[in-house]
Amino acid sequence: MTLSPAARIALRAVMALGLAVIYVPLLVVLVNSVNADRAFGWPPSGVTGRWWSRALDNEGARTAVLSSLKAGLGATAIALLLGTMAAFAVARYRFFGREAVSLAVVLPIALPGIVTGIALSNAFQVVLKPLGIGLGLFTVIVGHATFCVVTIFNNVLARLRRTGTRLEEASADLGADPFRTFWHVTLPGLRSALLAGGLLSFALSFDEIIVTTFTAGPGARTLPIWIFDNLFRPNQAPVVNVVAAALIVLSVVPVYLAQRLSSGGRSML
Amino acid sequence: MFSVMPDSAVRIRDLRKTFGSVEAVAGVDLDIGDGEFFSMLGPSGSGKTTVLRMIAGFERPTSGTIELGGRDVTSLAPFDRDVNTVFQDYALFPHLDVLRNVEYGLKVRGVPRAERRERARAALRSVRLDGLDGRRPAELSGGQRQRVALARALVNEPKVLLLDEPLGALDLKLREEMQVELKSIQRRAGITFVFVTHDQEEALTLSDRVAVLDRGRIEQVGTPAEVYERPATAFVAGFVGTSNRIGAVRVRPEKIHVGIEPDAGSGGESGGPAEDGPGRDGRAEGGAGTGDRHAFGTVAEVVYAGPATRFVIDLESGDRVVALQQNLRTSSMDVTRHRGARVRIGWHAEHEFSVPETGAGTAPAS
Repeated sequence: MTLSPAARIALRAVMALGLAVIYVPLLVVLVNSVNADRAFGWPPSGVTGRWWSRALDNEGARTAVLSSLKAGLGATAIALLLGTMAAFAVARYRFFGREAVSLAVVLPIALPGIVTGIALSNAFQVVLKPLGIGLGLFTVIVGHATFCVVTIFNNVLARLRRTGTRLEEASADLGADPFRTFWHVTLPGLRSALLAGGLLSFALSFDEIIVTTFTAGPGARTLPIWIFDNLFRPNQAPVVNVVAAALIVLSVVPVYLAQRLSSGGRSML
Repeated sequence: MFSVMPDSAVRIRDLRKTFGSVEAVAGVDLDIGDGEFFSMLGPSGSGKTTVLRMIAGFERPTSGTIELGGRDVTSLAPFDRDVNTVFQDYALFPHLDVLRNVEYGLKVRGVPRAERRERARAALRSVRLDGLDGRRPAELSGGQRQRVALARALVNEPKVLLLDEPLGALDLKLREEMQVELKSIQRRAGITFVFVTHDQEEALTLSDRVAVLDRGRIEQVGTPAEVYERPATAFVAGFVGTSNRIGAVRVRPEKIHVGIEPDAGSGGESGGPAEDGPGRDGRAEGGAGTGDRHAFGTVAEVVYAGPATRFVIDLESGDRVVALQQNLRTSSMDVTRHRGARVRIGWHAEHEFSVPETGAGTAPAS
């Protein structure tokens, strides 16, 4: 399609504006993390590493990051296992209620977090409390896993439907039992789907706040909850800002990886 | 010949397979001899691939038995059977390079690394594919993938090799090349080949014996010559080559000799002197239209096809026949001007065959 010069200039301006709305605030956060002015005055009066070193020393922030990492890894591990199994059941077998199972697995991602949160909180109180298990990191992981499963399930299901069973037949034909076939043929075929789904799952868990609020006991504060708690304490504002800046930098890595994977890098096949 | 086979490589008895309400295989009996190149020929939907998949173990028969080398394998899993398959789309493992693809069968069976490397390289050499060990399947041409698939199966030295339309995806030139090579590999290795194809020429060229299948049943089993020259049913006569009906008998196109009537240069309906001598009792008089059977007709169509010319001839009896003449002396200029010419065709009684005619297609009275 050919555009007139005027249309081209207009569309470029709109795109620049749209990207600016997204990225200028992020840039401000990054700049403020080294802004020497305590009240984030603009323009910055100078560059300082003070906030970064204070954030690194902050015990609360450090444990929060650690909790979030544990929650994200735990939820993703559960999701990888259950999501892959469910995807195999739906893709490879015909059974009564297959469509219903498929819908039931996907639904939690669409449910409002507040509903999931209340429901899980009630269930944990009723079921786990009598067993002596209180709210904590474990319940956060279970809560996150409910919707993290979906990302794995969808990725793996799409992959299984696309590849079919011919490679597994070839493997069996060459003498491999089902375990070897899974290990040598099926799993390598799923690798990029699992990685992409896992990255998304981890990202979902890492910034989750609503379900976490309902399922985390006082002992298990994840990073989003810590940030939220400290957001309105003027004293902590520079530290929160540094944490946010760190997260921006760190987010680039998985997004870049996921993009490379889904664009079908040759090495991932 | 393979008429008596005490040691069948594959023995199939009353094999049936239904998918839902569709009977894909409807009672098949087969004995395939040791070291035989055996083809299953049929149109799509004839059940040939389903039979192959049941021999490999990918489908479980609804009923019937399959024996490999005298051992009942009907209920065994694919990995417990001493057969290997070359798949139609090759099914190479995309994440493994050529050498690792070929090694795969040896690796999962626990053959030590050094030995399997050596055997895999030897298998690749036997299919004339050296120097591509490190390539991924995606980096190979269709013909190269075909060779890798073949090497991957052969390296396991199976008793029986199953080939599911393995040449279907190749272009004509490459296909003919691979046909020759398949045949020589089979002879050298002495492995039983069970070859599925819908290409009758391929089946006739390669096979020791051919089974022609239609709608889940075997129509005929025989050597290529038997199947071609003595078809057992109307289906075989029509599917394997072209068959002409002349009265109550059938004759293959290349068995009919076409003689242009001497005064027919002007073409059209002008009758020649021999016109009143129709029928199969006529005796050869001139050099044209040799044979001890004769008929007269008009050329409806002439197709020049390089080495041969195809005549479509409307006989006076009302039958339409196709005759194939080699272009030994003629050129395209010569043949095409015969359109509309009166001709006398001749053939030998020994080349006639007849099949049980079924349904509405019975031959019209002459």
